[in-house]
Amino acid sequence: MSAVLEVTNIKKNFGGISAVADVSFDVREGEILGLIGPNGCGKSTLFNCILGQLTPSGGEVKLDGKVVTGLRPAELNKLGVSRTFQLLQVFPKLSVRENLILAGQEHQGSMASRLVGRSDAGLTQAANQMIGFFKLDHLAAEPAGGLSYGQQKLLDAAMAFMGGPRLVLLDEPAGGVNPSMLSDLKERLVAINREKNATFVVIEHNMEFVMSLCSRVMVMAEGKVLAMGRPDEVRKNPAVIEAYLGH
Amino acid sequence: MSGFAKPLKIALGLAVIAGLIVIPMNFNRYGLFILSQWAVMTIAAMGLNLTLGYAGQVSLAQGAFVGIGAYAAAIMTTHGWPLPAAIVVAIILSFAVGWVLGYPALRVQHHYLAFVTLAFSTLAFLVFRNESWLTGGIYGISNIPRPHFFGIATNKPLPFYYVCLGSLAIVSLAVWWLIRSPWGRAFMALRENPLRAQSLGIDTRRYTLMAFAIGSALGGIAGALYAPLTQYIDPVPFNLSLSLDLLMMVIVGGAGFFLGPFLGAMIAVLLPEWLRFTEGYYLMLYAVAVILLLIWSPTGILGILDRAMAARRTKAASALRAVAKSRLETVQ
Repeated sequence: MSAVLEVTNIKKNFGGISAVADVSFDVREGEILGLIGPNGCGKSTLFNCILGQLTPSGGEVKLDGKVVTGLRPAELNKLGVSRTFQLLQVFPKLSVRENLILAGQEHQGSMASRLVGRSDAGLTQAANQMIGFFKLDHLAAEPAGGLSYGQQKLLDAAMAFMGGPRLVLLDEPAGGVNPSMLSDLKERLVAINREKNATFVVIEHNMEFVMSLCSRVMVMAEGKVLAMGRPDEVRKNPAVIEAYLGH
Repeated sequence: MSGFAKPLKIALGLAVIAGLIVIPMNFNRYGLFILSQWAVMTIAAMGLNLTLGYAGQVSLAQGAFVGIGAYAAAIMTTHGWPLPAAIVVAIILSFAVGWVLGYPALRVQHHYLAFVTLAFSTLAFLVFRNESWLTGGIYGISNIPRPHFFGIATNKPLPFYYVCLGSLAIVSLAVWWLIRSPWGRAFMALRENPLRAQSLGIDTRRYTLMAFAIGSALGGIAGALYAPLTQYIDPVPFNLSLSLDLLMMVIVGGAGFFLGPFLGAMIAVLLPEWLRFTEGYYLMLYAVAVILLLIWSPTGILGILDRAMAARRTKAASALRAVAKSRLETVQ
């Protein structure tokens, strides 16, 4: 299996504090890689460095073998890298359907064609499919800001898939989602992973969710990679138990 | 406004348009001047509504763009150019300057951006006043001609009112198209959540500059109509207070609502006329009315309507839920 994402020696310092210290790993085509670690260990900072939201202090990010370090988030998204956020990030005043159309429209045609073309950029059907897939049908016309926390989390995830990405970075998708909705979400992620051959990296604190969803798990502590391997291997690793799982 | 049935909305819209065409036929010179001014100010406010109301970029410079358009039209038409050519130049000029003014918005936001645009507004005013070789300085430019269209002279107030109204109609259609297009959606994304917008492939830089440039271009069109309307311009009408007036029109009417600028401009242009009978008190009454409105509804007049509609929908939805609940209880 070839690597979709290769991260080499990424570092990020904030003043004198090293948030991410020399992290290297790769993500293979079609896999679901879990990323766990105690709060403040640098997981989200690592995501932000990969996604161009932060400029890394050193190191290199490669997508499909091409260096993409320093590209802006919008440019990376056009190359097929998508994300969800730890905190809710939807467009509260737009309806659920409009949120999804917005999430896909920049992948359709040129900027000029989007001015003169159809107002939905030809995406109403795709948006409706996504709404059906995430079971948000009864909420399609509601403003996103009026949805419950868990429903907004689902919408956030659905938005990440609208552009047909090949790599999706999910930052705590399960946080604050109730158990029944969580199993729904897991089912959807597995389905998209299999059917669309999309590759995922998932940050999550819910161990059961990570261990049952991911094919490999990477453990971070204090800005470094502590362990990497199959869920059952990682679970038994004494260093991991010491740093994280034991508490 | 989604609470109205669609045919009713269309009928209402057509009635208003017919009224705007027919009723002013009996107006005197002054009435027509005020109504033409309303049409012109609505165009400028629509531009600011696009930049501020939809794209969320604060600007205190819209009055300066009206000035740029007005001087472009005044200089060109007094040198024998036809007004449509002057309008095109006004659009290009204010679009280009608006684009450049958008760059600070890529770095600063909210009240910091307000200060940057305020400084630009002052700068534009100084250019209008001091560069007398071009603008006539404090003496301004007089004898600005009104255009001929298809052999019809628009010197008289009524024909020129129709020029303003027709321009307003064209601009309204264009803006309506723009805000319904994916661009309009991207503008709203800038306002609602620029961080998320970036991660969805939306080029926030380019859309921010576009929001500024297009909004400013509409200010330029308004200015290019203002010059032949008053037939005399000097720097004073384009100082900071015009920018503040336009800002007030957008906020009072309802920022981010398509019809907001129409209402806001109506209040700002017509209300002082209606309150004229109170003589010295009219500014005070006007100020108190605006303060009360904004305390009651910070989202402007259309915000009140919007809330009323939302309340009605919620009521209908809870009624449905109550019915469903009672059914469930019967089943149990």
